[in-house]
Amino acid sequence: MDKKSFFKYVFFVLIIIFFSHLSFAAEAKNSCLACHKGLDDKRLSEPANFSQDDVHAKINISCADCHAGDSSSDDISIAMDATKGFIGKPQKTDIPKLCAKCHSDSDYMKRYDPNIPTDQLAKFEVSQHGKLNMQGDKKTATCISCHHSHNILPVNNPASPTYALNVPNTCAKCHSDKEYMKEYGIPTNQIDDYKESVHGQALLVKGDRSSPSCKHCHGNHDAGLPRAIYVGNICSQCHALTYELFSKSPHKAAHDKLGIPECEACHGNHKIMKPSDDMLGIGGDAVCVKCHSASSKGFKAALAIKNSVEDLKTDIAQARELTAKAERLGMEVEDALFDINEANNSLTKARTYIHSFSREEVDSVVNAGKSLTKKANEVAQKAIDNFNFRRKGYTFAIVLIFIFSLALYARIRILEKK
Amino acid sequence: MDVYAIKNSLIKWFEGRYHIEPFEDIITKKQVPLHKHSTWYYFGGITLFLFITQIITGILLLFYYKPTANAAFDSVKFITTKVEFGWLIRSIHGWSANLMVFTVFVHLFSTFFLRAYRPPRELTWVTGVFLFFLTLGTGFTGYLLPWNELSFFATKVGTQIAGSLPHIGGFLRTILRGGEEVSDATLGRFFAFHIIILPLGIFAVLGLHLAFVQLQGMSIPLSLKDSKEKKSTLRLRSGLVVSEVEPSIPFFPNFLLRDILAWTLALGVLASLSVYLPAELGKKVDPFAPTPVGIKPEWYFLWMFQALKLIPGKIFIFDGEVVGILGFGAMGLILLILPFIDIWSRKEKRSVFLTLLGVFMLIFIIVMTVWGLMDKSR
Repeated sequence: MDKKSFFKYVFFVLIIIFFSHLSFAAEAKNSCLACHKGLDDKRLSEPANFSQDDVHAKINISCADCHAGDSSSDDISIAMDATKGFIGKPQKTDIPKLCAKCHSDSDYMKRYDPNIPTDQLAKFEVSQHGKLNMQGDKKTATCISCHHSHNILPVNNPASPTYALNVPNTCAKCHSDKEYMKEYGIPTNQIDDYKESVHGQALLVKGDRSSPSCKHCHGNHDAGLPRAIYVGNICSQCHALTYELFSKSPHKAAHDKLGIPECEACHGNHKIMKPSDDMLGIGGDAVCVKCHSASSKGFKAALAIKNSVEDLKTDIAQARELTAKAERLGMEVEDALFDINEANNSLTKARTYIHSFSREEVDSVVNAGKSLTKKANEVAQKAIDNFNFRRKGYTFAIVLIFIFSLALYARIRILEKK
Repeated sequence: MDVYAIKNSLIKWFEGRYHIEPFEDIITKKQVPLHKHSTWYYFGGITLFLFITQIITGILLLFYYKPTANAAFDSVKFITTKVEFGWLIRSIHGWSANLMVFTVFVHLFSTFFLRAYRPPRELTWVTGVFLFFLTLGTGFTGYLLPWNELSFFATKVGTQIAGSLPHIGGFLRTILRGGEEVSDATLGRFFAFHIIILPLGIFAVLGLHLAFVQLQGMSIPLSLKDSKEKKSTLRLRSGLVVSEVEPSIPFFPNFLLRDILAWTLALGVLASLSVYLPAELGKKVDPFAPTPVGIKPEWYFLWMFQALKLIPGKIFIFDGEVVGILGFGAMGLILLILPFIDIWSRKEKRSVFLTLLGVFMLIFIIVMTVWGLMDKSR
């Protein structure tokens, strides 16, 4: 390569570097961020500090895409020119439609995720929040109340307010605020009740993300009150067999006729506690007697079902005791433990079959469990008998060994005396 | 025809065909010294009794045991829970193994302290030490066979220690494990070693050991040699010369009856342990689980395991563990050739130094074992 062509080559390289730098600079240009980051007023500076995980920032959707204006200009009068569509801070009542501009556009949204739902606005409009919002109520929740306006994190990000474990507290932000909710006349103790409930414990204490929270019963974008007579359809999403049994029972028609909430009538709503067998029967904590008077057929059935379940519990406890005794003796009773475990499964099943409110159906499950406890008892008893046999056999053998040893000793003594 | 007549005609029948005088000598003329240390003689016999018990119960266990990683644990469980008296057979097998290792230790140390290995019984000692190693090997290989958590991880740790030796360690570990990890292949070869290779070795060496004992008779402790006990020799018909001391008792039937009494008492101990502390089944192993806390080898390897734990990581420029293992190897070698390096006993003298060394080793083994049993660290 001669000297001339070398300089030519260097010149071209420098030109390429120079222009590529310019193009990077042009791509990164966002006058909104450049100005707002330096502002003293936190309300104006904070939105400019985007998180790396912000769903919009990640796909280069920037300030002007929501607020409009010209972010390429450093001149504030051009950048925030209302004639160029700049809207500044959107009104709360305008937010759902502003978000829906993209989120309801299926064609647009498919660019980013072909499976993303685009019905949020439609759902919101029929929700309690949406209805009030459309009436001009600026206090009701909109998209940003749950998702934030800036720094919007994906739902599977644990820091997101819509992440499964955070949902109850996100709703509670408004719904547990007595002052804020005052004018709506609805209770504010839902979160406290939920936290005590079996669902709340599973979600918030054990971290079980499959446990239901507010949105599973009330919906999320279409949040509202569930209709009382359809409550069973909500619970049955998880408790399918229970609801199937209930639906086939005479209770279904009675609840529908009287407009009594299905599952909720006995189990409550937000404060659904772990059900106890005391809820069954005719005792003080029994829920059956709330409707069934002492002379009714239902009262007798409740008592019979309760006794049947208690019978199985007693049988399991006895089998456990006998098996534990055999175990304490050092005997192997794995088969008995297996049967007891299966009997326990029958007890769980019986507790589900209670929702058939049929003594025959409950008895069929209970009897299966009882035959298992009988088997376990037989195994445990056999093990105990075997233990006793071993001890007797051992005693017999040791006595024989002792006598034989004595006889040998005597023989040796006699032999050596000679 | 009475019993004696039958006996005599049988002897005549054999005498007409085989050269049975040496056996006759053993039965009719062999004397066993009787002195204050005679009790130690019985530990060899008890060990033999326990070995026979091992063979019989081992064969019975073989009827049901399946030596594959998938089936081993379940087959042992089946033996313990379903087979009639299976629990007892397995318990006796396990306990007689432990007792056998114990009596081998006692037999070894008593022989050492009584200097019974001194000429002309060097080879009896050498075969005895080989039997000691073979017994430990059989115990080590048998421990893995139930394929439970404890045995699996103890084998993993044990073979890992062997693998830390320089140069040959990796090869040795692969040979022991039949691969990189403790697996089905390890179980297969441990099974083969446990039921065929090592027992055949024991049979062969035990044959020699017993033959030497019978040919040379029992040794008289050096301490008694200085006493006023009269010493003489007895020339048998076969031409063998056997030491004889007074007082002494005939091998047959006196000593044999005493031996049988010792065996019977050992059987009582074995039965009591087997019934009151039956062998446990443990938990089925999960080979992918991390090594649980507190995994220890069998008690007879525990003193070495504990000592290895106490050795610093580095000794000068050498790896502490390697130094420890080589040290144990050297101890084993010294043990094997002891009769040839104990120059004092060759002159029929007792070395106080060797006695103190033996006492130190005994205390060291006991302390390390107890420490190991109580040690709750990893």
